[in-house]
Amino acid sequence: MRSDTATLFAEGTVGTLRLIVYLALAVVVMILDHRGQYLEVLRRTASLAVEPVYRLAAFPSQVARATRTAVATQDQLASENRELREQLLLAQARLRRLDTLVAQNTRLKGLLEAQENLGLRVQFARLVNVDLDPFRHRVVLDVGAQQGLAVGQPVIDATGVMGQIVEVLPNTSIVMLVTDPTHAVPVVVERTGLRTIAYGSGVIDRLELPNIPISGDVQVGDKLLTSGLGGRFPAGFPVGEIQSISNDASGMFAAALATPAAALDRSGEVLLLRDQPQPYGPPSPEPPVGPPAELAGPGPAGVQPGEPPSP
Amino acid sequence: MNRRRLQLWLFAGSFAFAFLLQLMPLPQVLLPLKPWWIGLALVYWAIEAPERAGLGFAFLLGLAGDALTGELLGEQSLRLLVLAFIVLRFRARLRFFPVWQQALAVLALFLNDRIVILMVRGFSGAPMPPPEFWISPLLGMLACPLVFLLVDDLRLRLRGSD
Repeated sequence: MRSDTATLFAEGTVGTLRLIVYLALAVVVMILDHRGQYLEVLRRTASLAVEPVYRLAAFPSQVARATRTAVATQDQLASENRELREQLLLAQARLRRLDTLVAQNTRLKGLLEAQENLGLRVQFARLVNVDLDPFRHRVVLDVGAQQGLAVGQPVIDATGVMGQIVEVLPNTSIVMLVTDPTHAVPVVVERTGLRTIAYGSGVIDRLELPNIPISGDVQVGDKLLTSGLGGRFPAGFPVGEIQSISNDASGMFAAALATPAAALDRSGEVLLLRDQPQPYGPPSPEPPVGPPAELAGPGPAGVQPGEPPSP
Repeated sequence: MNRRRLQLWLFAGSFAFAFLLQLMPLPQVLLPLKPWWIGLALVYWAIEAPERAGLGFAFLLGLAGDALTGELLGEQSLRLLVLAFIVLRFRARLRFFPVWQQALAVLALFLNDRIVILMVRGFSGAPMPPPEFWISPLLGMLACPLVFLLVDDLRLRLRGSD
């Protein structure tokens, strides 16, 4: 290390060479990380230290929320309670109706010999209130690998699709919201069945649909649902609502803007879908079945008896 | 010895506090306004204690920051390296500036930092940020006198305490 006295008036105390070496190092680290995999171990180790910091950073806002609840007047609580009870009543009424529909649906599906119905297994999670980067739409959840999470799980709230898990730490996970500029979700227009893709815009209340065919039938107010294509999000969840339609720069496509259905900047609690959607495509082929190996005898070269018999 | 250890605690504590401030949630409207606290802390310490806050320290600090925000590892390292290098180069002049001139220097440094970010994002293929992206350096400039005076005051108190 340099001595203290040398730095007082000396102008060029930091060598350009050291700068170049460190810059090169940073660039190498960036490239390795961008290419993936190489720094997984490093990231996983770092995540052990990262989690407590997230919790610590979220602590003040948690305290603030707790104090707000503590000092809320009886009146407010009572009115909130009443409101919630009304909502519950409404939801239960809807559920009753749904029950009959589900029963009917299972019967019909049984008739159609459908393989399995879409049972929703969900997991409840809370947001950890930290801000990773205002220009990337990521949020932190308080569940992680130890609660059985995996990268790619869809995240929804009461009103629609919020996003998907992109990083899993032991007790925390990071969700990319649908409005993140690098996110895209395959959608279908509910009214017409037109398929397209909704891209994140980087603005919390807007999605972009930049490539709708000019002839496509899309109107302001159309609801967008997940189409289930791509195999990431199960089909039929609300994604957003068309807000405006215009022509894109080239004039070859119509471009629409949509409002996300989920309360992306307000939800405190979210649901994680446990079942990955059914893989898209034909069923996998039957395993080859042949006679048991001891009965098959020596066949001609190249033709082996298939699977050994299972006990 | 004791005094030295206190100073070291202040040094580490200021960076820990900067990290927490950086992660602190804000209402959606205010998010783009958040100044780059880690950068401010590094500028301060590079001016005041260059033997501690050198290039190597900036590199490691950046790696820690990237691990925390889940960004491309090395992005913040690069930004902090550029920042630390410029500050250390002009340290002899910067440290005798009045506070408002230091604030202007911070504005210039942070604007330069935004350009560095754009370069990195451009190379890694990430989309370009919206116009609000450029507001944060202004807030950094406004926050700079506060931070510098506060930490100066703390250091003086620690020095006088024993």
